[in-house]
Amino acid sequence: MSCALKILAIETASEQCSAAVWYDGTLYQQSQLAPREHARLILPMMQAVLDEAGLSLSQLDAIAFGRGPGAFTGVRIAASVAQGSAFAADLPVLAISSLAALAQQGLDQGSRAVFAATDARMQEVYCASFGADAQGLAQPLTEEQVCSPQAVSLPVEPERFSGIGSGFASYPDALRQALGPRLTQYQPNAFAEAACVARLAVRAYHSGQQLPPEQAMPVYLRDHVADPPKRPPLGYR
Amino acid sequence: MPNTRILGIETSCDETAVAVYDHRQGLLAHVLHSQIDLHAYYGGVVPELASRDHIQRLLPLVREALSQAHTQPAELSAIAYTAGPGLLGALLVGAGVARSLAWGWGLPALAIHHLEGHLLAPLLEPDPPAFPFLCLLVSGGHTLLVDVQALGVYRILGESIDDAAGEAFDKTAKLLGLGYPGGAALAALALQGEPGRFSFPRPMTDRPGLDFSFSGLKTHALTTLRGLAGTDQDRADVAHAFEAAVVDTLCIKTRRALQQIQAQRVVVAGGVGANQRLRQQLAELAHSEGASVHYPRIAFCTDNAAMIALAGCLRLAHGSDPDLSICAQARWDLSSLRV
Repeated sequence: MSCALKILAIETASEQCSAAVWYDGTLYQQSQLAPREHARLILPMMQAVLDEAGLSLSQLDAIAFGRGPGAFTGVRIAASVAQGSAFAADLPVLAISSLAALAQQGLDQGSRAVFAATDARMQEVYCASFGADAQGLAQPLTEEQVCSPQAVSLPVEPERFSGIGSGFASYPDALRQALGPRLTQYQPNAFAEAACVARLAVRAYHSGQQLPPEQAMPVYLRDHVADPPKRPPLGYR
Repeated sequence: MPNTRILGIETSCDETAVAVYDHRQGLLAHVLHSQIDLHAYYGGVVPELASRDHIQRLLPLVREALSQAHTQPAELSAIAYTAGPGLLGALLVGAGVARSLAWGWGLPALAIHHLEGHLLAPLLEPDPPAFPFLCLLVSGGHTLLVDVQALGVYRILGESIDDAAGEAFDKTAKLLGLGYPGGAALAALALQGEPGRFSFPRPMTDRPGLDFSFSGLKTHALTTLRGLAGTDQDRADVAHAFEAAVVDTLCIKTRRALQQIQAQRVVVAGGVGANQRLRQQLAELAHSEGASVHYPRIAFCTDNAAMIALAGCLRLAHGSDPDLSICAQARWDLSSLRV
């Protein structure tokens, strides 16, 4: 049943920009490391993977997007493009964790459990731990959070974790120290990719997580984005 | 000529707006959500909060505008969206949704310059001014005098070298305890002011040229207020003097520009165009210069998508965007536009 499914997925939460189609169990992907080029590249990439798969937008079952956490502007590009294209083609959307998509790469390389951490700027990381389900797809073991690299921790089980993500490029020492010897290895130069978003979207589709396009919302995790004024204006407490 | 019907989308700052414009039937729908309440607490627009709000508001507004316009996607000719100048994150939301809608519907897309939208806004009115005209564009973000020869032929004659006129209004309103954005409240308070009690400078009017500078007026207001007890009358008198200085300055430069380019029509666009004192003085000025003055309705003085849809409608005849890029740029020189 899942082979008949046709999903277009995009991921723009990091410096990597990618689009992928899941069709009949086959994946088609375009991906490019292209900081600040996502707005220019994403729609041509989506068109290219559809062409490669021999599909048109209207033949799809859903649009999936990496909903973050990640760069605010990047996750909003994914959300706005998912909204616009899904609305136009009258399709549902699937909001997939960009950390889960990243962790999927670690699982695919044979790790049983993965700690995914991306650089959140301001001396913080976005992070969460993931295990694999029966199909080998990333399953969260912890809540996603934004915190200082010194404050991260692993869940009680399983014993060993591999690390993945730009957090390990920016804060290798702090993360290694905080995670301790249960962290067996880490891969700092990996970014979430649309092909993984697509695979996780297949599972989300079968568990009924389709949303109407206007509910395709980013997950920021960091919600404190402006300091309140020193003296609140009249009418505010 | 086939019928042209455009969906317009605007998210360059703190308004989320969608409109449908038809070249035969005119404006079919315009809907807007203003974020003023969201930013008022912070005393100014917080860019990240603006972006976060746009992405929640936009698609429901698209739905609403299409329904209000009784328009099916198949009846649309193109999608026009504001691509700049403005807040980059905010622009990207509108641009991303708009460009993707156009892609999904197989429609041409048009990346529109926000200020071109403003200076064409009076063409939305029943008795539109003909090209060429002089445009005084005065808003919270911009103060410009533009020689508008035709669609896409714009020469900037002068602009503010610091604060925009509307920005100066809002900042001075804040000093007067009128909250944010308080430009309109300042104008209301000025009506209670005693003319002539304070004399504010008319910046940059004592030298040739058409550029503006308004940041000094705000400082002048602050200095004046410091020497006062701060009674209601004091504040009203300062508001009056400040408004008079801004309006006089705008009028002096507008008269100069009119004479310089021998224009017969003046178009006033942007939020400050709603100011009654400015409207009154410009009417007198135009009368004495033998020119006519044109305004968009008040709702189209401030940011809106009707002006973007209109600009898209006029531009579509000259072609549309060549590729699938989502265009958004915080800075974009108006005079670099072509058709």
